[in-house]
Amino acid sequence: MSKFIAVPAMLIGAITLATCTNAAAPGAADSNQTPALGSPVSESRLADFDLIIAADGTGLPAGSGTADLGETIYRSRCQACHGENAEGRGSAAALAGGSMQSEGPPLRTVGSYWPYATTVFDFIRRAMPADAPKSLSDEEVYQVTAYVLFLNGLVSRNQVLDRDSLPAIVMPNRGGFIDQSRIQ
Amino acid sequence: MTHRESLHKAAGNGLIHRRHLLGLGLGGLGVAAAGQVLGADQAMAFELPAWSRRPGPGPSRYGQRSPHTDHIGRLAGDPNPLYPGGGASRSPLHLLQGTITPNSLHFERHHAGVPAIDPAGHRLVINGMVRQPLAFSYEDLLAYPMVSRIHFLECSGNSGTLLGASPVDGTAQSIHGLVSGAEWTGIRLADLLAEAGVLEGASWVSAVGADGASMGRSIPLTKILDDVLVALYQNGEPLRPEQGYPMRLFVPGWEGNTSVKWLTHLKLGTAPSQFRDETSKYTDTLPDRSSLQFTFPMGCKSVITSPSGQMALVRRGLYQVTGIAWSGAGTIRRVEVSADGGASWADALLESHQSEKALTRFRIPWDWQGQDAILLSRAIDDRGNVQPDRNTILAERGNLSTYHYHGMQSWAVGTDGNVRNVYV
Repeated sequence: MSKFIAVPAMLIGAITLATCTNAAAPGAADSNQTPALGSPVSESRLADFDLIIAADGTGLPAGSGTADLGETIYRSRCQACHGENAEGRGSAAALAGGSMQSEGPPLRTVGSYWPYATTVFDFIRRAMPADAPKSLSDEEVYQVTAYVLFLNGLVSRNQVLDRDSLPAIVMPNRGGFIDQSRIQ
Repeated sequence: MTHRESLHKAAGNGLIHRRHLLGLGLGGLGVAAAGQVLGADQAMAFELPAWSRRPGPGPSRYGQRSPHTDHIGRLAGDPNPLYPGGGASRSPLHLLQGTITPNSLHFERHHAGVPAIDPAGHRLVINGMVRQPLAFSYEDLLAYPMVSRIHFLECSGNSGTLLGASPVDGTAQSIHGLVSGAEWTGIRLADLLAEAGVLEGASWVSAVGADGASMGRSIPLTKILDDVLVALYQNGEPLRPEQGYPMRLFVPGWEGNTSVKWLTHLKLGTAPSQFRDETSKYTDTLPDRSSLQFTFPMGCKSVITSPSGQMALVRRGLYQVTGIAWSGAGTIRRVEVSADGGASWADALLESHQSEKALTRFRIPWDWQGQDAILLSRAIDDRGNVQPDRNTILAERGNLSTYHYHGMQSWAVGTDGNVRNVYV
C-alpha cells in the first residue's frame, strides 16, 4: 500500500483497472488490494437482523394474521396519526381509498398506488409505528397489514395472511410503474 | 468613453462579458467597486480599532465561526409530532460561496431522526447472493484503502415547489437548499463486494440504514461497481451523525435518498426489494397516471444564488451574478445566464475545477441601473444535456409529482431592487 500513498497517480490507475475487472466479472474481482478483515457470518445468524422482504415474499417470517385481529392494533397504535378510517393527517399518509384514474390529482394510498403487498409488511415492520418502530411482533405486523389491505377492499375481514398468501395478493396499481433503472 | 461603456456587453439588459472576470477589464470593475466603498466609508473614523490594541484568545481545540456570521444556518421545519425526527433542513445557498458546503450547513433529510450510534456496536453486513456473507466493524473499515471524491448530493424532492401552480415567495435556500457539495472519503464498495464474492446472476443491491426507519433503497449492481462508496469521512472529518455516522452509502450523481445513511446492511439479489421509499415515495406520476420508478441520476441543473429570492439590490451599478450548477450524468460544461427573461443569453464564467457529478460555480458581471430584469441560468453538461425551462417540464410530465424537478429558476428584479421567485 505504501507505493499507492507515495504515488497517487498509480492509485488512480489501479482503481480504474479494478473497476473494469469488477464490471466485467463480478465475483471474480481481485480483492488483493484490501486487508480482507470481514468476519464470516452465516445467514442463519442474520435471521433477526435481515428485515428485507422481497416482492416475491422471500424473507417473510412465520406467523399469520387477519384484518379482524389487526383492527385492534390499528386502533391502539396507528389511528392517532393515520385517522379513524386511515384517511391520513398531515405527514401521516392516507392508507386507504383513492384511485389513480380519478379526476384531478390522484390520492395515492396503499390501495391505489402501492405495487406490492409485501412492501406493506416490510415497511410496517421496519419503520412503524413512527413513535416506536419495531415494537410490533411479526404476528402483529401480519394482522395490521391485513387490516390496511382490508380497508382497501383487497382482503376480507377474516382472510388469513401469511408468508404464502400475502405475496399472492395482486395490488391494483401493480402494472402502473415504468422502470427507469436502466437509464444510468 | 465612460468606464461603463467600455465594458463589453454579452447579452441584453446589462449582462457583461465574462472576460471581465478573467483579468482583462478587472481594473475597471475595481474602480466601480471602489467608488461604492468610498461612499460607505465617509462615516468611518480611520483609527486603529480596539482589536488591534490587545491580544485575542489563543488557539482552541475546536474552531468556531465568527459571531458576526451566526445568522447563516440551515432552514428546518418545525418538529412534527406525527413524524418524530423526520423532515429536512436546507442549505443556505444564498449565503455561501465556492462549491464545498461546510458540514454544519450540508442539507439533511431524515426518515426517523438521527440515530445515536456507538460505532463499537455497529456492523456493516453483506449477505444474499455472495459466496461468503461478511460483517465489518467500523474499525475494520478504517483499515481499508480509501478514495476521496468531490460530489454534489441532492434530494430528489429539491425545488419541487416550482411545479406548484403559483410561484412561492421563497429564497434560493427554501426552494433549492436540498443540494450540497462535499468531498467524500471512503471505501469503494466494489472492494468489499469482491471480498464477499458476488455470485453469478446478482444484479441489485439493497441498502439499509440503522436509523429508526431502517430506511432501505435498492441500487443496480452495475452502479455499485462503477463508483459507489461506503463513505466514512466528509470534508476530511468523520461523518457527522446527521450525515450517517459512522458510515453511509454514497451514490454519486443519483437521487440523495439512495445514499443510505447509517449504512448497516447490503443484500445482493436479482431484483429490487420494492421498499416503501422506492414505490410509494420517490416515484413520479405522469399525466397518463403511470408512474416513473427508479429515476436515479439527478438532472442537469443550475440556480443563481445571488441575486436570488428575497434579496434586495440596494445600489445601482455592477453586480456579480453567481450560482451553482450540477449534473448527475456528468460534468458541467457551460452555464448561460439571461437578464431579460430568456430573450438573450451570455456564457457565464465557470471556475476552473469543474468535475464529474460535482457542484460548479459560475459567475458573470451584470450592470443594474434600476431596470426591471428577470435573471435565469441554464446549465449544459458534457453529455449534451441542457437544463429545460419549467414549461417544458410541465408539458412533458405534468405536476402530479414533485420529485426530480430540474427546470430553470427565474428571479425577477424589480425597479425597487427587490428580488422574487417568478414563473416566465
